[in-house]
Amino acid sequence: MNGLLILIPVALGLGITGLAAFFWAMKRGQFDDMDGAALRILIDDEGEDDVI
Amino acid sequence: MSIPAISPDVSVAQTQLIESDFAVPDIRCAGCIRKLENGLTLNPDIAVARVNFTAKRVRISHLPDAKTPDLIGAFNLLGFEAHTINSTPMDQAANDSRNLLKAMAIAGFAMMNIMLLSVSIWSGAGGVTRDMFHWLSALIALPTIAYSGQPFFRSAWRALSHRRTNMDVPITIGVLLATALSLYETMTSGPHAYFDGAVMLLFFLLTGRWLDSVMRDRARDGVTSLLQNMGTGALVRDENGQFEWLESHHLKLGMVMLVAAGERLAADGLVIKGRSQFDLSLLTGESASQSVNVGTYVHGGTLNLGSPVEVRITAAGAQTVLADIARLMGEAGQHKSRYVRVADKAARLYAPAVHSLALLSFTGWMLAGAGWHYSILIAVAVLIITCPCALGLAVPAAQIVVAGALMRAGILVKDGSALERVAEVDLALFDKTGTLTLGRPEPENLEQLRDSAKPVLLALAQASRHPLSEAIRRYLQAAGVKPATLSHIKETPGFGLQADYGGKKVSLERPEQADQRLGIATAFQTEDMPPFIVRFSDHLRPDALDTIDQLRSEGIPSQILSGDRAAAVAPIAMKLGIFAQTSLLPTEKLDAIARKTRLGHKVLMLGDGLNDGPALAAGHASMAPGSASDAGKNVADFIYLGDSLQPVATTIRAARRTRTIVKQNFALAIGYNIVAVPLAILGYVTPLIAALAMSGSSIIVVANAMRLRGAAK
Repeated sequence: MNGLLILIPVALGLGITGLAAFFWAMKRGQFDDMDGAALRILIDDEGEDDVI
Repeated sequence: MSIPAISPDVSVAQTQLIESDFAVPDIRCAGCIRKLENGLTLNPDIAVARVNFTAKRVRISHLPDAKTPDLIGAFNLLGFEAHTINSTPMDQAANDSRNLLKAMAIAGFAMMNIMLLSVSIWSGAGGVTRDMFHWLSALIALPTIAYSGQPFFRSAWRALSHRRTNMDVPITIGVLLATALSLYETMTSGPHAYFDGAVMLLFFLLTGRWLDSVMRDRARDGVTSLLQNMGTGALVRDENGQFEWLESHHLKLGMVMLVAAGERLAADGLVIKGRSQFDLSLLTGESASQSVNVGTYVHGGTLNLGSPVEVRITAAGAQTVLADIARLMGEAGQHKSRYVRVADKAARLYAPAVHSLALLSFTGWMLAGAGWHYSILIAVAVLIITCPCALGLAVPAAQIVVAGALMRAGILVKDGSALERVAEVDLALFDKTGTLTLGRPEPENLEQLRDSAKPVLLALAQASRHPLSEAIRRYLQAAGVKPATLSHIKETPGFGLQADYGGKKVSLERPEQADQRLGIATAFQTEDMPPFIVRFSDHLRPDALDTIDQLRSEGIPSQILSGDRAAAVAPIAMKLGIFAQTSLLPTEKLDAIARKTRLGHKVLMLGDGLNDGPALAAGHASMAPGSASDAGKNVADFIYLGDSLQPVATTIRAARRTRTIVKQNFALAIGYNIVAVPLAILGYVTPLIAALAMSGSSIIVVANAMRLRGAAK
């Protein structure tokens, strides 16, 4: 019973953290461009000036 | 730019920036993202550019006084076509999806945590622990239901206040009753609480809603990126003789606009300078172009094929032919809002059945002397078990899977009801120009040209963006011709192209004697040879005959409704072996559809032009090719890309398979009820059984819908 007093808040807390992270990501537009994110990794940040 | 040494980002930072969205359909790779994001900021007016690859859009922050054509010019400079997007209605829709997703995330979170507590109750937690777990569940469930249940509560209330019923009415009653009963059970230390069931129900249903809304968003994004938004403005001459770009709603009577070759007219007017050929096909369906001279009336929406002309505006805004068509379209589209979707049709039968069943079991147990508490418990169990969880998923799951499959095949589906309607059609009415035919001039006799001359012709044609040059370029490139190297290429608007090829003069220009019998033609000339006349005509789409045959074998006969002259329609009707009505005005097309509808037909209208807009809105379902006018694309239920007509048959087959799967899903959901409801009435259903039954039936329904993945092949 004592264990529950710790474990239940922990379980709820973890869940809420996940939910908050999801909401944060959605608000920041992280899901707006799902396909683009996969491609942006291919873009070099350095040497932007060579070919445009 | 006045201060070229400073980077543009710094120079624009002090002023208030505004953001605009542009649709850029040609974004295809990581390179395009980089090219656009880096290249656009080199323009002194643009501070930041951000590409959205999924929606094929670019959002730029720019100076408030930057003109739209200049911004589009910045895109063109990088080799991309861009058009402006009117962003207000779209943001509204995106917000809907976002709110549904939020509600779904919260319901999902709550469902998992309540389930965690419920599992321990089911596995034997008793006494104080059970009560505490019930209280904890209530603590999580009540705010969740208050927040995530809103879409259903609101829709149910709307339906009830109009004295109608829909799927949301039984959902709302079920969820609210279950919650109230569970709260009572929790307060009185009862053994069973249905918090998990109520929240799980909301989660599954919200998933269905969200899928439905995502599907509509995706289609809307696809359509916006296709819209050309052409003819929404014009270059207008001001007092000083300078030309300035004005949006179409600023155009006024008496203004003089300069219409370049390849540009669409933004208003009706009178030609006051220049001679040219106008393509009327989008407006009237006529395939032959019209020659215009000083004194000819021209209409908004028509395309200038020849040389630049100056047009004095005689009607703008609400007085134009275009605006008339828009009005007709609005009126013709009203019947579609009266269409009742399959899910709501099912709900009309389902909701009363469920509610009387719950009421009957309540009175039954009361008569048997079971007491208030137990009888209500049974009635709530019946409501929870019959709550249309699988029914709520049955339709959207199937529709989103098939919409995804169709989208991969190049067919955009506007919404779920379109899929339901197109499955019902039993008569297809085609427009001719641009729908059965490609709607653009294609060179007819290029294979007769000497092989040695083809590279020269290609090189010349590449130098111009004139529609005829582009047609030549497309044809020769498809034939594998490599362009020759030319020097001193010169384009004289309205006349043609000249260049040097190895010291010899070559040209591609208007034929000297404009021969009416030739239709549209252009002359290709080298110094020492007689001119070669390239003739153009509008071709039937590939697969047109095959598609008509396939439709016939699906039990859908086809007919032509054309605005073109009988002489132009007859050869095509003969080739396809179908009946045709010709020289129809937009209102006559509407009448033709109304006649067929009165005869009991469900009409599929296919068209592309502005003149087809009202007919597209009036058809039971409608499709437009990607090359259609913006009006056509806005109003059609389906838009197919590419030159082939094949997508028409594919869509109908896929929609009919979807209908079968949806029916199967309904059968599965009802079959599950037939098993579960007697158990509930007899009082054997505990929250555990309800949870298992609910998730089980939902998974089966979704799995069945997944079978549609290959439906568009």
